[in-house]
Amino acid sequence: MFNPNATDIDGPILFSPENEKELDTLLQRYPYKRAALLPVLYMAQAQFGWLSPGVMAYVAQRLELPEGKVLQVASFYTMFDKKPAGRHKIEVCTSVPCCMMGGFAVVRHISEQLGIGVGETTADGRVTLLEAECLAGCGYAPLLQVNGEFHENLTPERIDALLATLR
Amino acid sequence: MERVITANWHVEQAYTLSVYQQHGGFKSLKKVFGMERGAVVPELIKSNLRGRGGAGFPVGAKWSFLPKGTDVPKYLVVNADEGEPGTFKDRFIMERDPHRLMEGCIIAGFTLGLKAAYIYVRGELVLATRRMEAAIAELYATGLLGKNILGSGLDFDIYVHRGAGAYICGEETALIESLEGKTGQPRLKPPFPAVVGVFGCPTVVNNVESIACVPLVIERGAEWWSAQGSEKNGGPKIVQVSGKVKRPGTYEVPNGISLRDVVFSDLYGGGPLDGRTIRGVIPGGTSCPVLRADQLDVKHDFDALKEKPFETMAGTSGVIVMDDTVCVVRIAARIARFYHHESCGQCTPCREGMGWVSKILDRIEAGGAKRAEVDQLLDIVNNIRGNTICPFGDAVGMSIGAYLRQFPEEFIAHVEQGRCTYPAW
Ligand SMILES: Cc1cc2nc3c(=O)[nH]c(=O)nc-3n(C[C@H](O)[C@H](O)[C@H](O)COP(=O)(O)O)c2cc1C
Ligand code: SF4
Ligand code: FES
Repeated sequence: MFNPNATDIDGPILFSPENEKELDTLLQRYPYKRAALLPVLYMAQAQFGWLSPGVMAYVAQRLELPEGKVLQVASFYTMFDKKPAGRHKIEVCTSVPCCMMGGFAVVRHISEQLGIGVGETTADGRVTLLEAECLAGCGYAPLLQVNGEFHENLTPERIDALLATLR
Repeated sequence: MERVITANWHVEQAYTLSVYQQHGGFKSLKKVFGMERGAVVPELIKSNLRGRGGAGFPVGAKWSFLPKGTDVPKYLVVNADEGEPGTFKDRFIMERDPHRLMEGCIIAGFTLGLKAAYIYVRGELVLATRRMEAAIAELYATGLLGKNILGSGLDFDIYVHRGAGAYICGEETALIESLEGKTGQPRLKPPFPAVVGVFGCPTVVNNVESIACVPLVIERGAEWWSAQGSEKNGGPKIVQVSGKVKRPGTYEVPNGISLRDVVFSDLYGGGPLDGRTIRGVIPGGTSCPVLRADQLDVKHDFDALKEKPFETMAGTSGVIVMDDTVCVVRIAARIARFYHHESCGQCTPCREGMGWVSKILDRIEAGGAKRAEVDQLLDIVNNIRGNTICPFGDAVGMSIGAYLRQFPEEFIAHVEQGRCTYPAW
């Protein structure tokens, strides 16, 4: 069950066997452990769903870093979730030039359809709605990204069709 | 115009090694392996290839600054953090033609005696990341990466490193900090990355398009390359047109093409939407000062745009077009909000100043500001410029300042009428 107010993840915090292997590979890419922090945080987020205090402490221990450093880095970058997020993260570009092409109208439309504001998650944990800065697709505005895929030249109909596919 | 940099963009599966090789891929690397190691940099210098990440620094000159023959490892860092609003070219190179970028990296590795390349890719660019990782795996499998590449004696690796959502990590020293596992806060220069770069080692930092051009300079020759552009601005380049035009998109053009052509030609931007007129154009991403519609007869290159009366930059060649339905005060306010959000917070003028600028601009746009605040705004902006660790502060000052300089009547109208008369977004 999706709990937006969870204070930590349930169950033991240990990397899966595949991720242990991945960790070994990552550590070989850099001359020292600390440099692997970003990729390891991504890996942890993918396995545990979000970067809870317990997960960050675990990453700190595995990379031999002070916990405060891990928290500081996780907080600096917007793509690390410090609280539970929905299964699908919709990011609508509202940078100049998208904003002149209807980026904010897309945000309003999704917000109305899902009954959530920007930064919020639907009660069933299905979708989180976010505004993004320029997503490198400005010529195809307005656009959004969900699960790493671009959806460009949006119209209300295309948005509704897309929302219907997000389970 | 002949497609050179973007030649493979419309070729099916050009992102695979076999298709890339069918279209001439890796010929330049083989050519370089047959050349004197010292011959590549002079060729790049002669070609007038300029960096495509924003500042237009000559690529050959940058490579020549790397210390030669030291025992410490040296690195290439490819800046694939594409985040400057209005910019959408590096993503396509990575998605559609990743092997060209890899070929450029390996040529740099051989020429400069590098240990490895790290490609720092923006976290949001998932397909680009996947395509590059697949390309790299193919190269290891065929002996084009790893130990003793094609018997040349070169040992070289390429790694992809994902950023995680911070615009400032596009600035090269912030990017280096981020690559070391830290928060992305720019470093004071000097020392420059060529001396102390990533992991404390000499490092070349170049943009994706810059590196992808290197095999093409080798293939076509420096003379051909330099002849394609304007003086000291060699080669074709990718302009990206967005905003209120008929044909937004990416176009390969000769360096030094007129900005008016980029915006109006039916080959490129296609001019304003029916019944509209163009009011302003940003020539190279939102950190470049805006031009008025009567200032478009200028060469789009790194030098001409700097001159009076234009005093702007070619930046990333991300051309953003505004028409008469667009409120320029609102654009300035939106850009200020971006800067406020993206400031790394190290320098007081940038961190605090951007908060004030953003608030005042929002108030002017909404019609709730006094005349004196418009002057105050220019004052704050001018005080951010030149007083910060990284060029972000200068970019803020120049770009926001330009809206005030170019469109003063719009600011006054908002203040005098007490409201914005443009349609809501
Ligand atoms: C705030 C800021 C953001 C930047 N963002 C990028 C970027 O996203 N991509 C890029 O290639 N260069 C960016 N740059 C420029 C880099 O600092 C650096 O000059 C460039 O990567 C050098 O490559 P080049 O010489 O090949 O252009 C940025 C600079 C600043 C000041
Ligand atoms: S100018 Fe702004 S972004 Fe650059 S180092 Fe200073 S605070 Fe950070
Ligand atoms: S401004 Fe929206 S993708 Fe660039």
